[in-house]
Amino acid sequence: MTTYADYTTGDPVADTKAPSGPVNERWDTRRFEAKLVNPANRRKQTVIVVGTGLAGGSAGATLAEQGYRVVQFCYQDSPRRAHSIAAQGGINAAKNYRNDGDSVHRLFYDTVKGGDFRSRESNVHRLAQISVEIIDQCVAQGVPFAREYGGLLDTRSFGGVQVSRTFYARGQTGQQLLLGAYQALSRQIAAGNIEMHPRTEMLDLVVVDGRARGIVARDLITGKIDTYFADAVVLATGGYGNVFYLSTNAMNSNATAVWRAHRRGAWFANPCFTQIHPTCIPRTGDHQSKLTLMSESLRNDGRIWVPKAKGDDRPPNEIPEGERDYYLERIYPSFGNLVPRDIASRAAKNVCDEGRGVGPGGQGVYLDFADAIERMGRKAVEAKYGNLFDMYQRITDEDPYRVPMRIYPAVHYTMGGLWVDYDLQTTVPGLFAIGEANFSDHGANRLGASALMQGLADGYFVLPATINDYLARNPHKDEVDDDHPAVQEVVAETEDRLNLLLSVDGDRTPDSFHRELGELMWEFCGMARTDSGLRKALERIPQIREEFWRRIKVPGTGEEFNQSLEKANRVVDYLELAELMCLDALHRSESCGGHFREESQTPDGEAARRDDEFGYAAAWEFTGTGDAPTLHKEDLVFEYVHPTQRSYA
Amino acid sequence: MRLTLRVWRQKNADADGAMSTYEVDGISRDMSFLEMLDTLNEELILKGEDPVAFDHDCREGICGACSLVINGDAHGPERTTTCQLHMRSFRDGDTIDIEPWRASAFPVVKDLVVDRSAFDRIIQAGGYITAPTGAAPEAHAAPVPKPDADLAFEHAECIGCGACVAACPNGAAMLFTSAKVNHLNVLPQGAPERETRVLDMVGQMDEEGFGGCTLAGECATACPKGIPLMSITSMNKEWLRATRKAGRR
Amino acid sequence: MALATRTDRRPSLARTVWDSTVGKKTVMAVSGFVMLLYLVAHMIGNLKIFFGPEEINHYAHWLRTVGEPFMHYEWTLWLIRVVLVVAVVAHATSAYQLSRRDIRARPTKYANRKAGRSFATRTMRWGGVILGLFIVWHILDLTTGTVHPGGYEHLHPYQNIIDTFSTWYGNVVYIVAVVALGFHVRHGLWSAAQTLGVGSRSRDRALKTVANVLALLLTAGFVAVPVGVMTGVVS
Repeated sequence: MTTYADYTTGDPVADTKAPSGPVNERWDTRRFEAKLVNPANRRKQTVIVVGTGLAGGSAGATLAEQGYRVVQFCYQDSPRRAHSIAAQGGINAAKNYRNDGDSVHRLFYDTVKGGDFRSRESNVHRLAQISVEIIDQCVAQGVPFAREYGGLLDTRSFGGVQVSRTFYARGQTGQQLLLGAYQALSRQIAAGNIEMHPRTEMLDLVVVDGRARGIVARDLITGKIDTYFADAVVLATGGYGNVFYLSTNAMNSNATAVWRAHRRGAWFANPCFTQIHPTCIPRTGDHQSKLTLMSESLRNDGRIWVPKAKGDDRPPNEIPEGERDYYLERIYPSFGNLVPRDIASRAAKNVCDEGRGVGPGGQGVYLDFADAIERMGRKAVEAKYGNLFDMYQRITDEDPYRVPMRIYPAVHYTMGGLWVDYDLQTTVPGLFAIGEANFSDHGANRLGASALMQGLADGYFVLPATINDYLARNPHKDEVDDDHPAVQEVVAETEDRLNLLLSVDGDRTPDSFHRELGELMWEFCGMARTDSGLRKALERIPQIREEFWRRIKVPGTGEEFNQSLEKANRVVDYLELAELMCLDALHRSESCGGHFREESQTPDGEAARRDDEFGYAAAWEFTGTGDAPTLHKEDLVFEYVHPTQRSYA
Repeated sequence: MRLTLRVWRQKNADADGAMSTYEVDGISRDMSFLEMLDTLNEELILKGEDPVAFDHDCREGICGACSLVINGDAHGPERTTTCQLHMRSFRDGDTIDIEPWRASAFPVVKDLVVDRSAFDRIIQAGGYITAPTGAAPEAHAAPVPKPDADLAFEHAECIGCGACVAACPNGAAMLFTSAKVNHLNVLPQGAPERETRVLDMVGQMDEEGFGGCTLAGECATACPKGIPLMSITSMNKEWLRATRKAGRR
Repeated sequence: MALATRTDRRPSLARTVWDSTVGKKTVMAVSGFVMLLYLVAHMIGNLKIFFGPEEINHYAHWLRTVGEPFMHYEWTLWLIRVVLVVAVVAHATSAYQLSRRDIRARPTKYANRKAGRSFATRTMRWGGVILGLFIVWHILDLTTGTVHPGGYEHLHPYQNIIDTFSTWYGNVVYIVAVVALGFHVRHGLWSAAQTLGVGSRSRDRALKTVANVLALLLTAGFVAVPVGVMTGVVS
C-alpha cells in the first residue's frame, strides 16, 4: 500500500515566461514581448479578482483603470478590512534617498540572500526595480508616510539591513497602504468599472476546457451559492498561516481559495516555507484565539534573556544579573539580539525546550528594556516604542517599563503558495496568483518590510502588465454558463460538501478540530522539524480528518448567515493542506531559511543548506485527497548572487 | 469569573430581535472580550443552539471589523476596539449587556452583525485621490510640511469601525466622513479635488440616512483611534469653502 | 483609458445648503448668531429700567425713530422685526427638520443608556421649544399687550414690565425661559462656531470661555429685571 509520503517525482517544471538576458533588462523585455489588448476590447473582457488586500486591491483598481471589467470578492464586510491592514513595520524601496549606498541591485541581492537562495533571480530583481515606483504611486494617492522637517520622506533601517530603505507610516504602514489601494478601488467601484462583492467567499474554481473561467462563491449573508464567470481569475487571497490555528493572521484569513485551486490543477510550491516571527506576545491559556505581533524593532534596544536555572520561577526583577542568560548575545556575539528572525525564534524555542522558559506554561522569554531605559532615559524609550509598550500593556496587563516584556515566536507569514511563472500565472491557464498567495519572491525566508512591497508590486505593476498577454492570446469567445457540465459538477460538489458538514451533527466544534490540527502542526512542522516528527504528523492528520467527518457539529442551515459553517469549511481545507506542508517539509531534508530540519545543521547548530540536492522550488501536483502527490522540481539558477552559507556567529 | 450576558439576538435583517440571557463560567481575566464570546459560542454549538454572530477579524485593533456596544458604550468601557478589551475590565458576577451598533444606516444583518456598507459608499463618493497607477510623479516632487503630514496621518488612522455612529445620539457619520476629508484635503496631492471631495462625501453621507451633527461629542469619546471632535469643525470649514466656490462658478 | 468618475452637474447654492445636514446647521448657526446679537442689544436696553421710567420710555421711543430722517417712523424697527422673524423661522425649521432626521437615524435605543453629554447639549431641543413658546407669550405680553396682566400702555415699557413681573407666573415663565436661554446659548454659540468652521484646537478653550461668559452675562442681565421688580428696586 502506498502512503501519502510515497510521493512520485514528475517532470521538472520550468518558468517559460522569464526572458533570458541580463537580469536588469528582463522585465522590460517581457513587457515588450507581451501582447496587448486593444483598449476598445478590454471592456468586453472580465477579470475576477478574489481578495482585496494590498495585492488584490491594487490589482482590481489598476485593471479597472485599464478598462477591463472587474468582478471582485472579499469575505470581509468591506474591502478595507483585509489583513494587509495589520502590517506594522514598513515597506522597502531602493530609492537611495539616504545616499547610503542602496540601489536596486543591493535590494535584489539582500532579498535573494535573505531568502536563503530558494527564490528566482528574475522575479526578485523585478521586485527590486518596481519598489521605487510603488513609493511614487502611494505618495500620489495620499498615503501619509512619515516625513522629515524638510517635507521629504523619512526612512529607517529595518530587520538588520545595513541601509535605510524602509518607508513607514508610524506603526501602521500596512493600514495606510491598504487604505490607499482601497480608495483607488472605491473610485473604480463608483465609476462602475468594478462589481464588488463583499461578504462573499470563494469556495471553488471553475475550470472549463483546461482554463480558469470563473469561481463558485457563497454569499455569507444569505448563504446562496452562486457562480461567476470571467476570462481570467486572479487569486489574491493571502497566506495559509492559519493552518497553525494560532498565528498572527486574522481570524478569518484562510486557505480555501488556494487549496481549491490546487485541487483543480494549480501546483502548490514550497508549502513548508513558513516564517516564524520572534517577537509576539505569548499565549495566556487555552482560550487564546490568535497571537499579536510586536514590531521587531523592539530588538534594537531590548535585551533577550531567560534564567540560567531550569524552573526558576522568581519574578524577573528578583533574578540577579549573574543568574540570567542573555543567550543571543552569548551564542551570537557579533549580531547579538539582532540575529535574523528564524535564528532568534529557534533560539527561543531551544531555551524553552530546556525548561528555562518564563511565563504561563514556560512558553516565553524576556525582552528587557531596563538597560535601554537606564541608557536613553524613559522619555526616549517612550518616544521610540510608546505605542508598542501600550499595546503590550493592554494585552498582558503588565507594565513593560517596570517588568521585562515576555515574548515568544509565532507563525507570521507563509513564503510558499501557488506555483506561478514570471507572469504570475499558475499551472492552470487563466488562473493567476498574486501577493502572499503565490510563492515567487521570498524563497525560504522573507525579509522584514518586503511583504507589502511584493503585494503592491504584483497588484499595481506586474499582473496588470502580464495578464494582458494571456487575455490577448485568449480573446473572449465562448460563453460559459451554469448549464455547462463542468460548472454543474463544481457547484454540486460545493453544495454536497456544505450539506455534508451540516448533516454530520456530531459532538465536536469546528474550532476544536482546528485547534487540534494547529497544535500538531506547531509541534511537528513548526520552528524545528525532524523526519520522525513529520512522519508522526503525516500519520495523525488523516486520522483527524477521518474523525472530523465523523464528529463535526455545525449548527443551523446553509441558507443563512452561519459563521460555524464558514469555519468548518475552512478547516476541511486546512486538514488537507497541512498534510502537504508536512510532506514538503519531510522531503526537503535540508535546512534553509524558515525551514529548519534538525538533521541538517552545522556543528554549531546553524541551518545547513544543501544546494546540490535541494536547489529547487518544489511544486506539488494534487492527485486526490490523501493520495501521494506528484513533485515537480523547478531548478533555481543563480547567475548574479552566488549562494553562500549564512553566518551570524 | 462567572458572568451573566444579555445579548441581542436577531435571526436576520427582517426578523424581530430581543435580548437573551446567558450564563458563562470559568472566564479568565486574561481573555479578550471576543474570546469570552468564543467560549460562549463553543458551549452553544455543543448544546445544538445557534451561536452568537459577531463581526471580528484581525483581533489586534486595526481592521475595524469588531463592533459591539457593551453596557451602552461602543467598544465597551475602555477606549479601544472590542477585540482589545480584556475581561479584567469586568468583575466576577457582573451582568453585561451586549448589543449591535444602532443606527438606521447600519441595519442589523444578524445578532450583533450590522451592515456598514454605507461607509464604503461615502468613500466611493470621493474619499480618494485620483492617481491612476503609473501616472505618479517622483515621490519627492511635492514635499509635504511635516505638520501637514502628521495631521493627515492623524485623520488617516480611522479604521472605519463605525463606533462614532453607534455612540452618536443622532446616528451621525460626521466623524468618519471628516476623518477622510481631512486626511486627503490637508495634503497637496488632494488639493485638485478638494471641493468636490467634501461636497460629494457629505452629500452621500446624508443620502445614506445618517443623522446630523449636534456636536454632542460622543463620537470622539468612543473613537478607538482618537480622531478628535475638531475634525468635524475642519470638515465644516472645508464644506463651506467648497460651497462658496461652487456657488461662484 | 481615463474614465470619468464624476458628473459635473451640481445643484444651486441654495439647494446644496438647504438639502445638506451641514448646510442646515449653517443656517442654524447664522440665524442663531443674528438672534444672539439682538439679544445682547435687547439685554442692554432692558437694563435701562434701573435708571427710571424716563430713560427706558425714551429708549422705547428712540427705537422707533432710529434712522430718521432717512427712515420713516418705525421702519427700522420693522426691518429688525422682519429679520428676526426670518431668523426664528429659519432656525426653528432647520432644527425641526434636523431633529426629525436625527430621530429617524437612531430609532432604537440601547438597553443600557448612558448619560454622557453635558446638560446644555442634551437640552438643546427642549430648550429651543421652551424658548419658542416663550417668545410667543413675550410678544403677546409686552409688544401687543394681548395677554398683558395690567392695563397695557403703548410706549410705556416701564409700567408694563412692572405689571408683568408683579404676577408670580410672569416671573416664573420669564426666569425659566431665561435660564433655558443661558444653556441654549452656552452650547449653541460654541456649536455654531464649529459649524462655521471657526473653531480649532488652539482656540477651543477661548471659544468655550466666551460662550460660557456670554451665556452667564445674558442670563444675569435678563434675570436682573424681574429680580429688580420683585425686590422693589424697580417699582
